[in-house]
Amino acid sequence: MITSSRETMLLTTPFHSRVEAMCHLNDWGNWMGYTTPNAYFDVELEYFAIRSTTGVFDLSPMNKYRITGPDAEAYLNRMVTRNVSKLGVNRVGYAVWCNDAGSILDDGTIFRLGEQDFRLCSYQRADDWLYWCTLGFDVTITNESEDIAGLAVQGPTSCTVLTLLGCTGLDQLKPFGIAHFTFEGAPMMVSRTGFTGDLGYEVWVAPEQAEALWDQLFECGRDYLIKPIGGYALDLARIEAGFLQAHVDFIPAEEAVRPGRTRSPLELGLEWLVDFSKPLFNGRAALLEEKARGSRYRFAILDIEGNKPAEHSFILKGNKVVGTVTSAAWCPTVKSNLAYALIEAPHGKVGDQLTAEIYYQRELHWTRLMAPCRVIDGPLFNPKRRRQTPAPPF
Amino acid sequence: MNQYDAIVIGAGHNGLTNGAYLAKAGLKVAVLERNPYIGGATVSRELHKGWYYSNCSYVSSLLRPEITRDLELPRHGLQVVPFGGGTTFMRNGDHFHNFDDHDRLHREMSRHSKRDANAYDRYAADTSLQTKLIRPYLMRTPPDPTSMKPRDLADLLEFARSFMALGEEKLLDTIKFWTGSVGDYLDGYFETDVIKAHIAGSGIIGTALGVYSPGTAYVLLHHYMGDVDGNVGAWGFARGGMGAIAESLSKAFQSYGGEIICDANVDEIIVRDGRAKGVALKDGTEYQADIVVSNLDPKRTFLDITNPKDLPEDVLKKAQNFKIRGSSGKLNIALDGLPTFTGIDPRSRMMGGEMHFSDSLERQERAYDDWKNGTWSKDPYLDMLIPSMTDPTMAPPGKHMMSVFVQYAPPKVEGRDWTDEDKDGFEKSVLDQISNYSPDFRDLILHCETRTPREIEAEVGLTEGNIFMGELTFDQLLFNRPFPGYSQYRAPIKGMYMCSSGTHPGGGVMAAPGANAAREILSDLKRPNTVPGGYADD
Repeated sequence: MITSSRETMLLTTPFHSRVEAMCHLNDWGNWMGYTTPNAYFDVELEYFAIRSTTGVFDLSPMNKYRITGPDAEAYLNRMVTRNVSKLGVNRVGYAVWCNDAGSILDDGTIFRLGEQDFRLCSYQRADDWLYWCTLGFDVTITNESEDIAGLAVQGPTSCTVLTLLGCTGLDQLKPFGIAHFTFEGAPMMVSRTGFTGDLGYEVWVAPEQAEALWDQLFECGRDYLIKPIGGYALDLARIEAGFLQAHVDFIPAEEAVRPGRTRSPLELGLEWLVDFSKPLFNGRAALLEEKARGSRYRFAILDIEGNKPAEHSFILKGNKVVGTVTSAAWCPTVKSNLAYALIEAPHGKVGDQLTAEIYYQRELHWTRLMAPCRVIDGPLFNPKRRRQTPAPPF
Repeated sequence: MNQYDAIVIGAGHNGLTNGAYLAKAGLKVAVLERNPYIGGATVSRELHKGWYYSNCSYVSSLLRPEITRDLELPRHGLQVVPFGGGTTFMRNGDHFHNFDDHDRLHREMSRHSKRDANAYDRYAADTSLQTKLIRPYLMRTPPDPTSMKPRDLADLLEFARSFMALGEEKLLDTIKFWTGSVGDYLDGYFETDVIKAHIAGSGIIGTALGVYSPGTAYVLLHHYMGDVDGNVGAWGFARGGMGAIAESLSKAFQSYGGEIICDANVDEIIVRDGRAKGVALKDGTEYQADIVVSNLDPKRTFLDITNPKDLPEDVLKKAQNFKIRGSSGKLNIALDGLPTFTGIDPRSRMMGGEMHFSDSLERQERAYDDWKNGTWSKDPYLDMLIPSMTDPTMAPPGKHMMSVFVQYAPPKVEGRDWTDEDKDGFEKSVLDQISNYSPDFRDLILHCETRTPREIEAEVGLTEGNIFMGELTFDQLLFNRPFPGYSQYRAPIKGMYMCSSGTHPGGGVMAAPGANAAREILSDLKRPNTVPGGYADD
């Protein structure tokens, strides 16, 4: 007798039944071992849902760790480069953490849920590192990744839609704030955070609530033109908004095999996240030394002439290659041809004129284009509604 | 006080673009606008409380991305959001959906004809070839074929080379395409009425010609040569309505120090010793400037606001004979909810696309016959959209705004002026057409603004209500636009220029005429150029 196993290679998220029903393109990807949509119906229109109405992204596969105990704050202050003591309860902070060599392991967000209660959301799995770092600290680490389902609800009408869902007074929530609501009698946490650079929120519930949350959210959002969005649309939005992506814009230090391939926060333009006034944190000494000596690389956002995306391009100063592009896209809202590049110091200062060596193909014919580009001072996409409190209705 | 380096007449998108580039070059510029609001035909107005009507132009594709980026229009508030697809309803209860996704479209076409579905690839390649020929010339001044100037000769040579590179067969196809009818062109690819009818609509919009009239194949191309973020042929909505385009251009213009003066109705361009010296308003106010740019259509420019004594005879004659026939009207409708359409799931994305109701070229040709007979079409061709399905700012939540472009409507009804009764009859023919496919539509109407060519001419200043400021036929394109010998934006009076859609490359909210004209003006002034060149496709 032949028996078949239904065990699949990839897991599904708590929203999967709903996601699958809306994924008209059947364009699936693998994110952290979960089946997630690259695109639902049309990448461009999904992208524009984020920028013009509301886009919903299932972020359940994010790694989530609960960090509690009397030393929780001190522990995190040791681990990450920013000052966690300055993070109030019900506030969220973007953070990076390094090894002792000052190389970035990953970036993520820290949710302060109480004086001694934090949640860390990270792109990479971080169990091992988090446990190593507990030596000497009275903290408890719990991997909550499978216990919490999450949706990013992003776009100009997102506040209105979530208010209709029952998040009364959400418009008063400041950027990076956390608010607590109940959904069908169970706790629902909403943070004004996201990966799109737009007005937007992330909604966190227990997996049992997931399907009902999806259904009601889309019901409330119908008149506000709510749409599901996949990984491709989110990627476009994040490039336009200036957000880094692990494994794309940097290699997590613990996975780097070849010497010199890791990057420091200073090299990635994240010095604003490093608080040297803290007496001790992982990587402090190395980063101080780097600061004194000067970094090897400089992270640059390039505004490139023309409309050909500079994917995988070499960046030149004169005839000399001084860097490479990590992310690139024609950005549909700012209508600019942007790229992130890692440039060898001392090149790559704001205002520097460089050249992108771009290859593109038309009907199997390759063309090489040397496009002038300029290092710009931060992302071009930075709408008022992203910062406004009260949040605008649309 | 009223002294400027340059005065631009008309705060439509081309006037504002022209003003922006002149101001960016350091000139002191004023844009004068007759209406109390800016935008011309690129305007959105709250004509019913809570509803915003883009009551002239209604969709965007042709607006040059080079200008959007260079003038930083996104920073000044402009966002163009594409919409996907379209539908043509059929009399037999079926429909044709024009999907963006190539394979989904193939499946839909196959439902009507497998052969057509396959032929579509040949059609798409041949049409792309034509868009590729014209797109490089949008952000350039057309070369003058009679000129011996090095620039004109070099440009002509380049133009000729790109045509000769096609090879004999494609060159002949191209000549046929540029002079032929959209109906004949489509007959060369498709057998199914509804597929041909769906595509052919783009060949007659804004044009007083029928689907089988020579010249309409180019009009199809004119609607295909734009792009949204590199997707050639795609169309989108400006978030907040088309007025957002004019608003963002006005902010760019003002950021360079430009000044906009509304309620300034120009009576005449002041000319002394053969040179433009400024303008006089109807209220007697005068503004002085050595550069005067008209963003009015060629007829109004030369027959209304220029003294005929200041103009050479040939220009007066050419202006008089300029083809600018009214062919269309518009309904803007506030709806209490989303209407349902026969055979379409209300949740379908197609509700956000274009909707048409003429399922054969025969019906479209008959609609044109009505125009020739001096009346509006009894079975009109409609290009209907519900922008509030894409843009949440156009109507209150759960309510909708509907934009209905209507073809045909003659500039005069049986040779006389439009009356209010005519307008009611025109409106009824449109509402009836939609109601045939949407039983609950009529009951949802809260407010309806109906514009015949009479209203469009009176309120917007487009002669005969022609949306392109002059027909887009080969005799009025490229170096023939507006007239042979005057295609390089210079009027026959020194210091006077043209920048409207009546000049190359024509209408459709491109902003290219305004930008190209600014380049010529700056060149005459021997100032550094501020106007970008075009992006290359290849």
